Amino acid sequence: MKKLIMTTAALALSAGAAMAAGHELVRLGTEGAYPPYNFLDDNGEVAGFERILGDELCKRAELTCEWVTNDWDSIIPNLVSGNYDAIIAGMSITAERAEVVDFTQNYTPPSPSAYVALSADVDLAGGVIAAQTGTIQAAHVIETGATLLEFPTPDETIQAVKAGEADAVMADKDFLIPAVEESGGEMVFVGDDVPLGGGIGMAFRKSDPEMRAKFDAAIQSMKDDGTLNTLIVEWLGEDSPKF
Amino acid sequence: MTRTTPRPTIFSYCTEPDTLARLEWLSCFLTTGKHLSFYASFGTVLMLLAITAPVALVFGFGGATAARASLWPVRMLGKIYISVVRGVPDIAFFMFFVIALDQGFEWLRHQVKCPEWTDPIRQGNDFIVCAAAKLPLNTDPQWMHEVYGFLIAVLTFAIVFGAFAANIIYGAMNAVPRGQLETAEAYGFSPHQTFWRILVPQMWRYALPGLSNLWMILIKSTPLLFLLGVEDIVFWARELGASKTARFTDYPHGDWRMWYFLALLVFYLAFTKLSEVVLERVMRRLNSGQAVVPTSGKAAA
Repeated sequence: MKKLIMTTAALALSAGAAMAAGHELVRLGTEGAYPPYNFLDDNGEVAGFERILGDELCKRAELTCEWVTNDWDSIIPNLVSGNYDAIIAGMSITAERAEVVDFTQNYTPPSPSAYVALSADVDLAGGVIAAQTGTIQAAHVIETGATLLEFPTPDETIQAVKAGEADAVMADKDFLIPAVEESGGEMVFVGDDVPLGGGIGMAFRKSDPEMRAKFDAAIQSMKDDGTLNTLIVEWLGEDSPKF
Repeated sequence: MTRTTPRPTIFSYCTEPDTLARLEWLSCFLTTGKHLSFYASFGTVLMLLAITAPVALVFGFGGATAARASLWPVRMLGKIYISVVRGVPDIAFFMFFVIALDQGFEWLRHQVKCPEWTDPIRQGNDFIVCAAAKLPLNTDPQWMHEVYGFLIAVLTFAIVFGAFAANIIYGAMNAVPRGQLETAEAYGFSPHQTFWRILVPQMWRYALPGLSNLWMILIKSTPLLFLLGVEDIVFWARELGASKTARFTDYPHGDWRMWYFLALLVFYLAFTKLSEVVLERVMRRLNSGQAVVPTSGKAAA
């Protein structure tokens, strides 16, 4: 029993010391299924463009950050309910989402979305187009009048095209490029790129403006010294738009 | 592409996977950190079942006892619990009730710990309680958040399955022959003694067929864990089976979800079969020596 009390006291002390070090703990929510932005590596850890970016932003804002994965469908409800403090998950800035959460400035410029199919002659306006549920691409497919086939994860949208369930998939071009390159010529880009959304930003609770300001400033400093562009080239490719 | 994390491996030859022969490649592939998490999640599911089943039984027993109580408000409470929870679809329950439960706990802690707080708790869509009332605290390590998520899952499962168990036990209690209870009263047993010494020991054999059904359904409903943010076997099977390109992993492969889900199928079938065998034995045990089986010659003796 005495040992237990000692351990508890030691724990309390070390926790106090950690707090005293001054770094506020911030929990970053991501999906972990959207390479190259965010994915789980072979060890099951969050990796990708946003992992590197997020860690660098936390360093610049002098915060201690912890990565949490959450299903895409409930990623906004869990933020506003306070289960983590920020979303950094390849989320495009849209007016609709901005009604519920507050975004930082974008950390990628508005980047094009694109269609990918098994052959170049599919009917994009009248066919069946796969997209992830609750994305700007899904909203766009509905506007074009094509039949929308929704899937909960990005990977399933690509599998649907390979399996012939859908004629084409629509997603961020940066996500589709590796899929097309690795398919060995099986999949091709179809039609023109479509500019959608206002770039990708981090999302915060509306009641949390101080923390949003900290990350906003950190993103600005990475834009100013060019490190953000270096990261974009490294992870999203030479052709991806830069600042 | 830069590698962000070191690659700890179990077998020494796993450092350069693309050069390996098929069997060695597979042995490396199946021991990545991600796969170890997948194997560990089987433990999570088994632990959930091991904790949920007794807790749900307690909920069920409580619900059934309440529904039979002579005090009107208690009886109503028991009956409302049974019928409301049984009537709400599981999916709806798991989607909304859990967030409500979590917010309910935090609201209670908020009232106790931060009485001087003046800001509204609901600000538009945001749910804001003081930092000391967060569950778990924001400063807690990730594993505490995971344990908390797991406990919330156990509680939700126990409430849902407890309602079904309550209905089964309620019926089982009514199935115990009236004469048994009347005899006990005639011998001068108090209601308390009658309940614990006559009714409860005899009702199990009526309850068990229903409860064993419920156990089978509970085993199969563990994929609902994923809705609660607990990374269960179905989550990992989906994540691991999804096609991987060589840019993001040392072990690129196509869409292998079928194989992973096949493994889950085998797991679930084996587990339900094992349960069937065990429950069969328990049933035989409960039936032996029962004086109330009318077809048995022993009953008359």
